[in-house]
Amino acid sequence: MKDLALIDIAQNPGRAPIRVGLFVTCLVDLMRPSIGFAAVKLLEDAGCRVHVPSQTCCGQPAYNSGDRAATKQIARQNIAAFEDCDYVVAPSGSCAGMLAKHYPELFAGEPELAGKANAFAAKCFELVSFLVDVLKVTKVSARFEGEVAYHDSCSGLRELGVFSQPRQLLASVEGLRLVELNGADVCCGFGGTFAVKYGEISDAIVAQKTSNILASGAPTLLAGDLGCLMNMAGKLQRQGSDVAVRHVAEVLAGMTEEPAIGASRAAALSAGAPN
Amino acid sequence: MTGTATASHFKQNAHAALQDAALQKALQHVRANFIDKRAKAVARLPEFDALRDSARDIKDHTLANLDLYLEAYEAKVVAAGGHVHYAMTAKDGVDIVLKLCRERGAKAVTKGKSMIAEEIGLNAALEAAGIDPIETDLGEYIIQLRGEPPSHIIAPAVHLNKEQVAEDFRRAHRDLPGDRDLSQPVQLLTEARGILRDKFLSADIGVTGANFLIAETGTSIIVTNEGNGDLTQILPKVHIVIASLEKIVPTLEDASQLLRVLARSATGQDMSVYTTLSTGPRRPGDPDGPEEYHVILLDNGRSSMLGGDFEDMLRCIRCGACMNHCPVYHAVGGHAYGSVYPGPMGAVLTPSLIGVKEGGQLPNASTFCGRCEAVCPVRIPLPNMMRHWREREFERHLSPAAMRYGIGFWAYFAKRPALYRLSTNIAMRALHLFGGAKGRFAWLPFAGGWTRYRDLPAPQGATFQSRWRAKSGRLN
Repeated sequence: MKDLALIDIAQNPGRAPIRVGLFVTCLVDLMRPSIGFAAVKLLEDAGCRVHVPSQTCCGQPAYNSGDRAATKQIARQNIAAFEDCDYVVAPSGSCAGMLAKHYPELFAGEPELAGKANAFAAKCFELVSFLVDVLKVTKVSARFEGEVAYHDSCSGLRELGVFSQPRQLLASVEGLRLVELNGADVCCGFGGTFAVKYGEISDAIVAQKTSNILASGAPTLLAGDLGCLMNMAGKLQRQGSDVAVRHVAEVLAGMTEEPAIGASRAAALSAGAPN
Repeated sequence: MTGTATASHFKQNAHAALQDAALQKALQHVRANFIDKRAKAVARLPEFDALRDSARDIKDHTLANLDLYLEAYEAKVVAAGGHVHYAMTAKDGVDIVLKLCRERGAKAVTKGKSMIAEEIGLNAALEAAGIDPIETDLGEYIIQLRGEPPSHIIAPAVHLNKEQVAEDFRRAHRDLPGDRDLSQPVQLLTEARGILRDKFLSADIGVTGANFLIAETGTSIIVTNEGNGDLTQILPKVHIVIASLEKIVPTLEDASQLLRVLARSATGQDMSVYTTLSTGPRRPGDPDGPEEYHVILLDNGRSSMLGGDFEDMLRCIRCGACMNHCPVYHAVGGHAYGSVYPGPMGAVLTPSLIGVKEGGQLPNASTFCGRCEAVCPVRIPLPNMMRHWREREFERHLSPAAMRYGIGFWAYFAKRPALYRLSTNIAMRALHLFGGAKGRFAWLPFAGGWTRYRDLPAPQGATFQSRWRAKSGRLN
């Protein structure tokens, strides 16, 4: 199903703009709207018409806490909200993975809903892989001075195969140099409610991650999931590090005027925002 | 399951593990070693992923026809002159071993490495019956000296450093000269080998586990790197194989396919050093072998996993790749799980064995990073199954009250988009005013679980949805 859609867009550039529903994710909606606007810019630059239906969350906190009934209710709500969209795109591998991989699983055994969930899942994508794999975007027009390290968030990497796409687009950002991050594919210890339920273990895992980040020497860390980014930024800041942490979409869209995650506006100004 | 299970104290165990400097040093070794070696072995074999599919299919087919293959296996064992005993529970398994030992007046039992023996608490039962169990796998031997359970299913002493082992040997081996150099692993191995040689020769019964039981031939297969399994099963007069039901595979060809993924996933070897097949007792004309050959087939909860949410777990071939790649296992080690089986496979299997009330912490202690599933040679969807346990817990109201209220509170809003948009917009603006100048919080009420360990970024202010609506004049 995805392949058909893909051909459709790639071979019919003159066609009416495709209607992309932005699933902004609750974390971006609440904590860092600038990522949402960066996603909108990237999608619009690629010729999409972006819609933002009224929405809340993908349901993952309930799903991973064993509350299947609440999860299903939220899932049905989302499936309905995005019914008119050709695609649903989220600036998060974790939330996109929930929509694309877990919604069908949730309704397996309920024929009518399973059909809807499958059709919905087939049009859900993580932002950067959507740009590259579906829209065939090969480069962006953005500038970012300096070295960056990129962390592969788990769900995007392992559920959706997001690996080369962000690297490909980052390579096209003027002035940006991607440096090797040891253990880039190892979990940062966030894990949603895990970070709070098992705070001490989560802390030990993220400490491993930050020591690799610091060893990379890059002054900026990027990833595609705000949960992981908040975890890594929070730990780096607690350790007194001034590594700037940002969502990859902010850099790809050239929208880095907002202070980095957890940084103050004053600090951002005095450091001279690297853009 | 042994009486020492502390799975319900996972958090406390994990806390202790994180403070244990020697353990943390040993765990670095897990992180550094197993992952690289597996990756290299997999890279050398282009068909590895196809083999994983085939391995999964072999196990699924066997589980779907388990009754038939068990019958066929039993018939072949009997035809080869062996005996098959069925044990429904751990206690049944122990009782059968003890009975066989007593009837033969056994004083000393050598043991190959067997997780099933750990699962049923065999050593403690043998000791209580006045029989000396002697672990012959180096790692098992070391932890036996220390009175510890294994911390890993294939590397039982992986939580130890060589200095700790040298100390244990000096304490336990009374004839060891004080000036003997035990600073290198090979010197430790030589020392253990010297002690174990005599024990191999004096044992009355040898107990091994099995990696595979082959229905076609009635053969049991064990893989080892030390050859201790061979000496355990060949030298004593009686060989007892103790294995769980799901170790059955239909044919030798199937077993050889599974062997191709087993060692590569476990240690990154193409094959283990020894792959030993045994079929029945010694036949006339055989140069060696036991006079009696017994197989104890343990159920202990497995048959109730068939046909349910956890059946896929019965595909497990005990390679340990899931724990080798698990960030939680890397952080706290195997003992923290307080269960015979640690890591992701243990987090799924343990609640099946001891109940979700006792074992429910384990499937919760996962970030769902999915690396375990990504490396599993039989493609067990481990995170999904851990989630199934969380669902069972939730249904039975066993999950912690704070978590239930937290999720309930959040879900109330998540199910009401208009209310959600309004209230989050107010809350985020307030939080922004409160923490915006600094950009983050070092502490925040109700967020202590987070802010105890890391800062929490302050929100940017108004929510995305409210800004979008203001910008575009409408929400959609």
